[in-house]
Amino acid sequence: MNNSTQWETVIGLEIHTQLKTNSKLFAGTDTTYGASPNSHVSMLEAAMPGTLPVFNEKVLRYAIRFGLAVGAKVIAKESTFDRKNYFYPDSPKGYQITQLNHPIVEHGTLTIQDKNGNDKIIRINRAHIEEDAGKSVHDKYAEFSGIDLNRCGTPLIEIVSEPDLSSAKEAVTYMKEIHSIVTHLGICDGNLQEGSFRCDANVSIRPVGQNELGTRTELKNINSFRFVEKAINIEIKRQIKLLESGGKVTQETRLYDSDKNETRPMRSKEEANDYRYFPDPDLLPVVIDQAYIDNEKQYIPEFPAAKIIRYTQGLEIKPDDAKIIAQDKSLAEFFDETVKSLKQAKAKTAANMLLGEFSALLNSNDVKVEDNNLNVAQFVGLLEALAEGKISHKIAKTIIEKMWGTNLLAEEIIKTEGLGQVSDSGELETIVKEIINNNQSQFAAYKEGDMKMFNYFVGQVMKQTKGRANPAQVKTILEKS
Amino acid sequence: MLINRKEVEQIAVLAKLHVSESEIDAIVTSLDSIVEMINHISEVNTDNTKPMANPMDAVQRLRADEVTETSIKEKLLSMATQTDEDYFLVPTVVE
Amino acid sequence: MKLSGIKSISQALHNKIISVQELHDIYLKRLNTHAENLNCIINYTPETANQQIKAAQALIDNKQAHLLTGIPLVHKDLFCTTGVNTTCGSRMLENFVAPYDATVVKNLNNRGMITMAKANMDEFAMGSSNENSYFGAVKNPWGLNRVPGGSSGGSAAVVAAGLAPIATGTDTGGSIRQPAALTGITGIKPSYGRASRYGMVAFASSLDQAGVFARSAEDCAYVLSEMCGFDAKDSTSAQVAKEDFSENLNQSIKGLKVGIVTEWMDGLSPDIKQATEQAIAKLQDMGAQLVEIELPTAHLAVSAYYVIAPAECSSNLSRFDGIRYGHQCENPVDLNDLYVRSRSEGFGEEVKRRIMIGTWALSAGFYDAYYRKAQKIRRLIAQDFDRAFAQVDIIAAPVSPETAFKFNTKKDPVSMYQEDIYTIPSSLAGLPCLSMPIGLVDDLPVGLQLIGHNLQESTILNVAHQYQQDTNFHKMVAEGYDE
Repeated sequence: MNNSTQWETVIGLEIHTQLKTNSKLFAGTDTTYGASPNSHVSMLEAAMPGTLPVFNEKVLRYAIRFGLAVGAKVIAKESTFDRKNYFYPDSPKGYQITQLNHPIVEHGTLTIQDKNGNDKIIRINRAHIEEDAGKSVHDKYAEFSGIDLNRCGTPLIEIVSEPDLSSAKEAVTYMKEIHSIVTHLGICDGNLQEGSFRCDANVSIRPVGQNELGTRTELKNINSFRFVEKAINIEIKRQIKLLESGGKVTQETRLYDSDKNETRPMRSKEEANDYRYFPDPDLLPVVIDQAYIDNEKQYIPEFPAAKIIRYTQGLEIKPDDAKIIAQDKSLAEFFDETVKSLKQAKAKTAANMLLGEFSALLNSNDVKVEDNNLNVAQFVGLLEALAEGKISHKIAKTIIEKMWGTNLLAEEIIKTEGLGQVSDSGELETIVKEIINNNQSQFAAYKEGDMKMFNYFVGQVMKQTKGRANPAQVKTILEKS
Repeated sequence: MLINRKEVEQIAVLAKLHVSESEIDAIVTSLDSIVEMINHISEVNTDNTKPMANPMDAVQRLRADEVTETSIKEKLLSMATQTDEDYFLVPTVVE
Repeated sequence: MKLSGIKSISQALHNKIISVQELHDIYLKRLNTHAENLNCIINYTPETANQQIKAAQALIDNKQAHLLTGIPLVHKDLFCTTGVNTTCGSRMLENFVAPYDATVVKNLNNRGMITMAKANMDEFAMGSSNENSYFGAVKNPWGLNRVPGGSSGGSAAVVAAGLAPIATGTDTGGSIRQPAALTGITGIKPSYGRASRYGMVAFASSLDQAGVFARSAEDCAYVLSEMCGFDAKDSTSAQVAKEDFSENLNQSIKGLKVGIVTEWMDGLSPDIKQATEQAIAKLQDMGAQLVEIELPTAHLAVSAYYVIAPAECSSNLSRFDGIRYGHQCENPVDLNDLYVRSRSEGFGEEVKRRIMIGTWALSAGFYDAYYRKAQKIRRLIAQDFDRAFAQVDIIAAPVSPETAFKFNTKKDPVSMYQEDIYTIPSSLAGLPCLSMPIGLVDDLPVGLQLIGHNLQESTILNVAHQYQQDTNFHKMVAEGYDE
């Protein structure tokens, strides 16, 4: 290889999606995150002798919903569980229950946009059900690791893509798209910090034009979108450097160190493992019929892509705004609820205010839509007051701030704070006349057609009325004068 | 020999068992005789036979997604040899 | 007083001829006299027993008792029992106290039975002679230099010596039937899925079944009926209605079709063959009709079994790592050392051998040729039985190719594994089967195996009971153990 070789990147992702169930995959143990170590561990997860697994129906239903959402060709009428055998302290049974040979979901697809903005289909090879492992705590002790089994047995679906992704950017786009699907389905809380959504990336490079794949490395457990991109890019760089200097890529598992921005081999995975998969004799085949699958269809919500079309075409929202709203499940819900209740106000105004003042308040208070600092009724009231001309946009901003964290409606605030627009034309006329009297030369310029002067007068009126004047009315009065 | 010393050593690594120098030959011999016995299964054609994983001609039952277990942390930790506060302890796990 | 059978003991309890405590004490005295010599008990359970005695007596006094209330028993030491050790015959679990009761134990507790002790066994139920126990070999009451069979050898010895009227056992490839035959008692393994495996320390999940030892088929029926039943905690538990296996005991066996596997009969030593033929002839005298049948794939059963059972065991026993419970080695230098030494010290030779065979059979490149192939053979064997049961009601067969052998005579594993050639086929097919005593050869008991079709426990128990109504072999007691 020489330095003029053009390289092509091939990436496949394995996304571990924790399912949002009340209880674990094979026992009625609490799955709530953040409990004190080992307090959410039943005898099954502690691998007490004689304990046996019983399958959580919710997991099956959630996996089917995911399959439906990605248009999977196969939602297995009969799927089976296999044991993956290995010793590790966070996996007390000495094996993980997973689905090797007959996964519940196979052959789905997902469309993403490549760097040129063109649609690109990413094939999903499979999504299978498996148990999560516990956690090892390393920094607490010098010579020991502490084992916390709370996460052990939490249900996961592992979503395995084909190696169809050709850049770190595409990988992140795909991962975000999957994230959006599982959160919209409500089958995963999508919390990356808590590890509910994590990703392994298989990365290889090959000279452009070569058909066979290069040797791949597997980057383990990357838990942020940003790190996925950085880790893959740094790994591509490493592989290129290696190959261009005459070296060879070793097939191995590597860990991304975000502090040093480098990848390094995982020592625990060095000893060639032979997982000795075989069907779990404690579990029988999971058999479902088409009616069971069809019944899950009712739980498949409208996805962002469809929402964007509805927003842009039906509601005339700007494409960029539509995208932002559609991709945030809670924001979209809030928006849809709002639009449903609007009378005079336009959806477009709602979108503007949602992404403007409303989002600014969310950010500055560091809260989420679902924290309900402002409810739909309040927001609708505000938009209607604006549409009816009761308040100006500027006042609207004041009102939304005043509503925040209260249950007060716009009407109430306008009344108690006297923020309604000065709609009494007599009162407004008196004010305008007075300003004209005090600014004769500017008025003359206005009359001669200097439109800057119009803004000047509106500004003066607003100052006097503390923003309560209706600019259109001011214009009428000026023209008459 | 149907199974050799090296294979036995590899199996021991996978199974996390120690095989001492003094016993390995005897183990190889005994495993070899078992493999010889096992190998008879290749005598019958099974091309059209479905594997039987379990004698139960039944399908997996489903459990409702309900929390039925309560914390048994103290009990579990009291059974382990090495613990600290809420953790089971093991010699440092290398990642 | 003469203690013979659950029904008469129960009557004595209900009629206040004897109290639960007095009954228990009689057996405890017998245990104290003989258990040490036979090495059939690993731990006694006096605290559990005392509580249960009080509760049982109260039930009897309040006329709320069941037939089994107050009847003492011994559990094989792989059923988890709260508050007392469950060792599985292993150093690994020498000090292990399970935090819960096995479903089988719970079911019998609920009927007011009294747990006296935990019986010795081959380590993790792997063995056919009970020589594989960390706590030493169990001796056969019919000859202290002879094995009681395994792996439920302690349970069998307890009942054979009259140290308790009932003992539980488990059977994976013959671990109830073979010791029952070698100690001259009745033992039954129900269909796979009848008894919950929850709380039974697993050896080979797709084969393990709990069962019971008693002197008679009748007593087996009473206890088995209460042990069994659907359990939501076990995914492989059969969803069938609870059945009273004693209901049909008194039916005539006239016209019953009994299958005989000619090939098996031909393989027996002359004296065992003679005893077996006599028993079969007796069934014929009683009106049964004999039908020769073939089980063409059954000769591969032992080979297939020694792939499937070790493979499952290699995985099932991975949880014994010394971390959360069980034996932990001293001063491990690192994590791998902790695993390797804890397991190597905790497990005995046969257990390690089976873990290694299973690990090998599942390892890369071998899975299809061994595990998958063995599962296909398993299906062929099950199909052989299905064809046979299209023609017959039950199958009568030998249990073991020989009577109780002397200690240390089977040193190579393969010859030990051949002990189970007649019991393994029905285990692979998940069928109910029992062993009942049919006489003595050279003063040692011989058993006959009755195999039923799936869920036909009541049929084989009916045949055994009818046989026992007409014969006295089940009343034979080894010298020195008269009750």
